[in-house]
Amino acid sequence: MDLTSPNGQRALLWIRTIAAWLVALLIFFPILFMLLTSFKTELQAIAVPSVWIFTPTLDNFTHVQERSDYLLYAKNSLITSVVSTVVGLVIAAPAAYSMAFFPSRRTKDILMWMLSTKMMPAVGALVPVYVMAQTSHLLDTTFALIVVFMLSNLPLMVWMLYSHFKEIPPEILEAARMDGASLLTEFRHVILPLAMGGIASTGLLCLVLAWNEAFWSLNLTAANAGTLAALIASYSSPEGLFWSKLSAASVLAIAPIVVFGWFSQKQLVQGLTFGAVK
Amino acid sequence: MRSLARLLLAPAVGSLFLWMIVPLAMTLYFSVIRYNLMEPGEHAFVGLENFRFFVTDPSFGTAILNTLLLLGSVIVITVVLGVLIALLVNEPFPGQGIVRVLLISPFFVMPTVNALLWKHMMMNPIYGVLAQVWRAVGLTPVDWLSDWPLLSVIIMVAWQWLPFAVLIFITSLQGMNREQLEAARMDGATWLQQFRFLVLPHLARSIAVVVMIEMIFLLSVFAEISTTTGGGPGDASTNIAYLIFKQALLGFDVGVASAGALFAVVLANIAAAFLIRLVGKNMDR
Amino acid sequence: MTRKPLPALGLTLAVSLGVTAPLAANATDIVVATVNNGHMIEMQKLTHFFEQANPDIHVKWVTLEEGVLRQRVTTDIATRGGQFDVMTIGMYETPIWGRKGWLQEIKPDATYDVDDLLPAIRSGLSADGKLYAAPFYGESSMLMYRSDLAQKAGVTFAERPTWDQVRDAAAKMNDPKAGVYGICLRGKPGWGDNMAFITTLVNAYGGQWFDMSWKPQLESKPWHDAVAFYVDLLKKYGPPGSSANSFNEILALYNEGKCGMWVDATIAASFITDPKQSKVADKVAFAQAPQQVTAKGANWLWAWALAVPASSKNAAAAQKFVNWATSKAYIELVAKEEGWAHVPTGTRKSTYANAQFVAAAKFAPAEEKALASANPLDSTLPKSPYTGVQFATIPEFQSIGVTVGQQMSAALAGKESVDTALKASQTAAERELTKSGRLK
Repeated sequence: MDLTSPNGQRALLWIRTIAAWLVALLIFFPILFMLLTSFKTELQAIAVPSVWIFTPTLDNFTHVQERSDYLLYAKNSLITSVVSTVVGLVIAAPAAYSMAFFPSRRTKDILMWMLSTKMMPAVGALVPVYVMAQTSHLLDTTFALIVVFMLSNLPLMVWMLYSHFKEIPPEILEAARMDGASLLTEFRHVILPLAMGGIASTGLLCLVLAWNEAFWSLNLTAANAGTLAALIASYSSPEGLFWSKLSAASVLAIAPIVVFGWFSQKQLVQGLTFGAVK
Repeated sequence: MRSLARLLLAPAVGSLFLWMIVPLAMTLYFSVIRYNLMEPGEHAFVGLENFRFFVTDPSFGTAILNTLLLLGSVIVITVVLGVLIALLVNEPFPGQGIVRVLLISPFFVMPTVNALLWKHMMMNPIYGVLAQVWRAVGLTPVDWLSDWPLLSVIIMVAWQWLPFAVLIFITSLQGMNREQLEAARMDGATWLQQFRFLVLPHLARSIAVVVMIEMIFLLSVFAEISTTTGGGPGDASTNIAYLIFKQALLGFDVGVASAGALFAVVLANIAAAFLIRLVGKNMDR
Repeated sequence: MTRKPLPALGLTLAVSLGVTAPLAANATDIVVATVNNGHMIEMQKLTHFFEQANPDIHVKWVTLEEGVLRQRVTTDIATRGGQFDVMTIGMYETPIWGRKGWLQEIKPDATYDVDDLLPAIRSGLSADGKLYAAPFYGESSMLMYRSDLAQKAGVTFAERPTWDQVRDAAAKMNDPKAGVYGICLRGKPGWGDNMAFITTLVNAYGGQWFDMSWKPQLESKPWHDAVAFYVDLLKKYGPPGSSANSFNEILALYNEGKCGMWVDATIAASFITDPKQSKVADKVAFAQAPQQVTAKGANWLWAWALAVPASSKNAAAAQKFVNWATSKAYIELVAKEEGWAHVPTGTRKSTYANAQFVAAAKFAPAEEKALASANPLDSTLPKSPYTGVQFATIPEFQSIGVTVGQQMSAALAGKESVDTALKASQTAAERELTKSGRLK
């Protein structure tokens, strides 16, 4: 079949569509299963063979609402993730800009060094950081979590932004500079629009990493600053059946980020191509 | 411009430096003293004793091997599959937006939930979904966690990190120069040639970024292991992070935990040096 | 589109700082850290009764999974963090921490009736005669079997069968084609997972962890016989995937009707007899945990208890709460709100003397007998230097327990021979004890 003919192109489109959907569903399947389980009773959740047709119930969700302060956890998660990501981007963007457009001999070393700050496993650094937080009276505060998340994700943000900035052809910047644009204007009007897709995906990824961060969230907080990680930890592996409840708690924990994810991937679609810019 | 550039770098470098230096200094100090949370007050200097204890653990060699295997396998799986999937969903097609959200969804799930999900709903040899699928085609279900513990952990972690790679590659592909591709196509280049000479070089930098970032995270995979296999059977799925946990945190021995953490840093540096050789040159083309 | 990051940033920073500003409270706030088990969730639900009776105290909860909780509270109490006013700890930590002076002595009021506490539970939570944690619920272990399958196979059980008898019964009940496995036992590595069970098995075979000079005994005959028996039993009559199964996994199997027998915590009984979560709720019967050479230490003893750290700033309020949650009145409260089948058990003699409770809980007599026969101060045939039935109450035990648990799991999965596993376990135990200086 001639793949360049209109019929060939349509066939190719259908093959691609089916393949893409198949892969997406395969990858999504475990989560779909979890979603279904959140509407089952505990007994249905452990059934063998798995139950696919059943009367859904909202009991698990109401249970989670009654038992845990979902809104407090969600609020803390929202605050810590969003603030740490925004502050991180504000610090990382200039750094990435500087290294991408004014590279020096040291650039690669600095990049590697930034990455190396993440090499110590959290498990080994628990006591030093805990003692630090304790002495500064920052245990069980969202502030402490914001700082920790921001610093944990900063190297990633710098790396990813650096990579995206590097993809902007220098000619465009030259053209803007020759038109007399100042640094800030250049950043706002030239780089930002071009790198928006990259900034959006970096922001989303770091937001998710902060959202799912469980180690520090659990160890540095108590009753006030617990995040959704604490919500999940209060439903994991108790003595007794817990699948449907944990699934419901997880769905509630993921829900806000799925919304973020949807909006963020729209940004990706709208990312300008260079052809359009030129 | 140069001094301005340096000024722009300052906040990032400065804050990271503080964040790194204080815990590092404390860890270095703790690693050479005898500090057990259960025995407060005794902080005698013990030199390299903690390091010796950590290194002479019978599982030490296996832990390093497992760490590297986990690292390498997940990176290869996520990069290869990530590139393929990103290419697949790059051009528009019906439902592209939804497919993209579905593809990045595993990354949203918390690692502990991910682990429990796979352990119980998917991999259990009696009531897991995979077991039911196996039985449906007439095979005996695989006992994933007992017979293939490390592979099971690799699958779980790769599933969780695939979206990360896919997202970065999708973003990178969006920025590709369409005119170049068009020109190549009109010159009669096959898809494979286009891929090899245009697309892949363009993706080289983002591949390097994905590899380096995943390396950092995968070196300290912990939640999946402790929830599903407990490092076992034996030490088949014990990695360095779990070894530190088992040896040190469970015994509340901060001295040995710090020594282990420093070892992990050394291992990470070696892995980084190796990977930089492999992909690093793509970083600043 | 231009971005105006600064105002948005300022706003979010202000909000976050506002969140961390201390609330002006005229009530005392106490923070309770607890495990996410059913009975504790219940306690959380009923907190408003306590707050009504004590309007000057407000209770805040931190509920975590067991492993995370233990990590969290131990880090806090050892660094005197003062984050928690009431901690839920077990029989393993209490004597160790009590002796170190990290816990306040529990000083109940007159109506508490501290002599009503089961003696073994009370001694397990005390050090040097002082009670350092008030028991919230206690458990032992016992044999839970399917009465219908036993009848079909023509098997009857003595009150405390031997392991040999159990093996024969498993052989008869085993029917993998029908999806039923003779016996389900724990196999997941962990000092509180598979090792809790294996320790009681070793006890029943006449073994011990350490002799009087703290030399580990893992290559002794009782250990060898017990572990070889365990591996063989599960290989022949156990479900696949046993080496990753702990309490919850087996509970799911049992409730689906896949296990003929199960030896595990007595608390399982309340789940498997609950028709809302078990398909075999009315087909379960109980016997005491099996013996072999001896019945000493054949069934374990564990209690989740509430303790007040010495570093707590609201000790008086905390003590009041602990008092309330572990009192007879609380048990009656739960009975009124949820029914007698759901009260926390295993702590007081009066619970088992209560006719309504015994009527509502089929498992009560077997559980009571199990609790009465467990003695943490004397649970091994040869004399031991440690206390604890299914663990040794020394700080090094957690680490040793996990490594040995991993080895046992490997033997069960067929990756190693029993001898190799025991040898590796012996080395691990010796290493830990030499490091801590206990073994010279």
